[in-house]
Amino acid sequence: MKYLPIVWRNLMRRKVRTIFTLLSIFVAFLLFGYLMAVRSAFNMGIDLAGADRMMVLNKISIIMPLPYSYGERLKTLDGVKQVTYANWFGGYYQETKNQFPNMAVDAATWMAMYPEFTLPEDQQKAWMADREGAIVGSVTAKRFGWKIGDRVPLQATIFSRPDRRAWEFNIRGIYDSPVKGTDKTQLFFHWEFLNEVIKDTRFGNQVGWYVIKVNDPEQSVALAKKIDTMFANSPTETKTDSEKNFIAGWAKQIGNISLITQFIAAAALFMMLLVTANAMAQSIRERTSELAVLKTLGFGDGKVLGLVLLESCVLAVVGGAAGLGLAWVLVTAIGDPTGSFLPQFILPPRDLVIGMIMVVALGFATGAVPALQASRLRIVDALRRN
Amino acid sequence: MLSQIVTVTGVNLRSIRERLGSSIVAMVGIAGVVVVFLGVLSIAEGFKAAMATVGDPQTVIVMRAGSDTEMTSGVSGDTARLIMDTPGIARNERGPIASPELFVIVGHPTKKDPSDANVPLRGVSPGALDVRPQVKIVEGRMFTQGTNEIVVGRAASQQFANLSVGSAPKWGQNNWQVVGIFEAKGSAAESEIWCDARVLQPAYQRGNSYQSVYVRLADSDGFQAFKDALTSNPQLSVTAIREPDYFAAQSDVLNQIIRTIGFLIAGLMGIGAIFGAVNTMYNAVASRTREIATLRALGFGSMPVVFSVLAEAVLLSTLGGLFGGLVAWAAFDGYQTSTMNFQSFSQVAFAFAVTPKLLGTAIVYAIFMGLAGGMLPAIRAARLPVVTALREL
Repeated sequence: MKYLPIVWRNLMRRKVRTIFTLLSIFVAFLLFGYLMAVRSAFNMGIDLAGADRMMVLNKISIIMPLPYSYGERLKTLDGVKQVTYANWFGGYYQETKNQFPNMAVDAATWMAMYPEFTLPEDQQKAWMADREGAIVGSVTAKRFGWKIGDRVPLQATIFSRPDRRAWEFNIRGIYDSPVKGTDKTQLFFHWEFLNEVIKDTRFGNQVGWYVIKVNDPEQSVALAKKIDTMFANSPTETKTDSEKNFIAGWAKQIGNISLITQFIAAAALFMMLLVTANAMAQSIRERTSELAVLKTLGFGDGKVLGLVLLESCVLAVVGGAAGLGLAWVLVTAIGDPTGSFLPQFILPPRDLVIGMIMVVALGFATGAVPALQASRLRIVDALRRN
Repeated sequence: MLSQIVTVTGVNLRSIRERLGSSIVAMVGIAGVVVVFLGVLSIAEGFKAAMATVGDPQTVIVMRAGSDTEMTSGVSGDTARLIMDTPGIARNERGPIASPELFVIVGHPTKKDPSDANVPLRGVSPGALDVRPQVKIVEGRMFTQGTNEIVVGRAASQQFANLSVGSAPKWGQNNWQVVGIFEAKGSAAESEIWCDARVLQPAYQRGNSYQSVYVRLADSDGFQAFKDALTSNPQLSVTAIREPDYFAAQSDVLNQIIRTIGFLIAGLMGIGAIFGAVNTMYNAVASRTREIATLRALGFGSMPVVFSVLAEAVLLSTLGGLFGGLVAWAAFDGYQTSTMNFQSFSQVAFAFAVTPKLLGTAIVYAIFMGLAGGMLPAIRAARLPVVTALREL
């Protein structure tokens, strides 16, 4: 600690250089934080996937439905704790650009399947009691200014009503979540209501997919196989997988965003490494004679090495912590830069920790060469150099 | 004045060699920004190209009113018949040039990854090739009507596993046989697999219904008249859209995401690179303090000094920009990948495209970074008090 004043003095001798080096590091880590949020958004909350939940889909593809009757058969299986189902509705509000996830679900079992959603009990009761009722996540409620009791029309894209009018729902509840990164953009309404209207079409008595909760996640691979065998060679075969694998597969289809963000982050950090290392080297070169004086006064090689390293680390930590901090504030306060397409746009604490480790690593890496040179300096040579 | 500028700039540029280390750092910094800038935007550009080159304004897609993608549309066989009888459609010896189609997705692994991707499978009618003159069978042959044969787009065949001529994929209970590969000038259609709509209908429990009708207009400015004829028919509740407009709308969401995030990232990196350039140029000026002061004492004005510093900055950034552009072009241009079309959840194969326009933008951006980075140090160099500067080390 007692060496901080001398480090401070050294940093202040060329204020402009110090400031611009700091700013470079600051920007690099701001970018790093931001990129990690992008990565998290495109991983679609894979870290939040329930380990005990599995998805049962039509084997041909996700757009093909499954018979409603499968639900009862799934319930009878050993190891299955709960079963629920949903249909992708794909409606939009007023204009096609107002799209958000909306699904027809089984209200009685849906919320029990997803405990990360919180809905006050009276709202859940009100939803259950209203055939045309719906509940919506707080983000979408805010986006369109919906309040409890509002009647909202959704334009159907897949399930048009026989009379071609918009579907209307009563907002009976607004759900929230204490878990960061949970998708709060979805709207859920009663599958029975949907089915009643479209019973006579080819979508009648069909569900989009089943979600099951298992007793023991360890057994889920075996259970998946059992389910798929049960429906094998029937007109509608199934494909069962853990929720995590399902989300991972979905995210993979968008492309390898993780790799791209890591590539950009690496490029940015490498650039800053060069800039900072260059600035440090320059500042040590300018101070050769001063370092020699320090050594004459009795500072050992190790101490000089430590001083220079301390200087580069102070630069890195101040700039890097400020950058990560601002990234965190921006991501938390402003959130999704695209409006509503990336509900999982958050900066995970794990990435903050990784960022701080990289800050310190940057400090050491940029200071290492100049520090070694400084510690190896021979007093006589250094004093003579000018 | 001019000769002074030339002289001082010459002295300056020749001395870059003395400061090679930090000059390279500035250059690499700017090159890095250009690589990332081009890398991110070439994704958007390539995706746009795949979605837009289908752009034949004479081809029109008719879907159910309210649908914004074929995936969610539904058109009964009778409706399809009515649509094809609407005036304004080009005709050949087989009647109106039109093709009622089905558009579904099948789970099929990519070459890189065994987990399933949503590959688009299109059921087409005999008129499909007449509606799309840009589609050519380049290997094997077209499928035979009424059989379970399929033809595969060039991009799909490259991107997904086991889809070459002779392969026999199985989706659900249905076995298929690949008999041909088609090209469509690099457009999104090349990501698709085509089969006979009549064969696909029972396989997907669609009865006699379709999802869209592709028609070819008799003349290129007949769109409005055709659309009016459709909307004024009380038996129809459909919407018509020109093919280029349809595909442009399909790429909206992804384009918006890539552009917003891409510009944010490129902008932030640019700011970082400007700081790096400022540092480099300050160091350059600082190490030449005595030299600059000597020039000033000899009677050189401050303008030539400003100019020389800026010229150095611009030279470094241009070199950096060119180098970065070259690297990005070599690394990304033509890189084949696929992504999910957010509107229909189906895969679109496309290639990264580092276009000349994009390269130009990137180099202008690099020069701008150099100018911004050199400005402050240049002013500082011009303002150096001659006497104290001469005394400095």
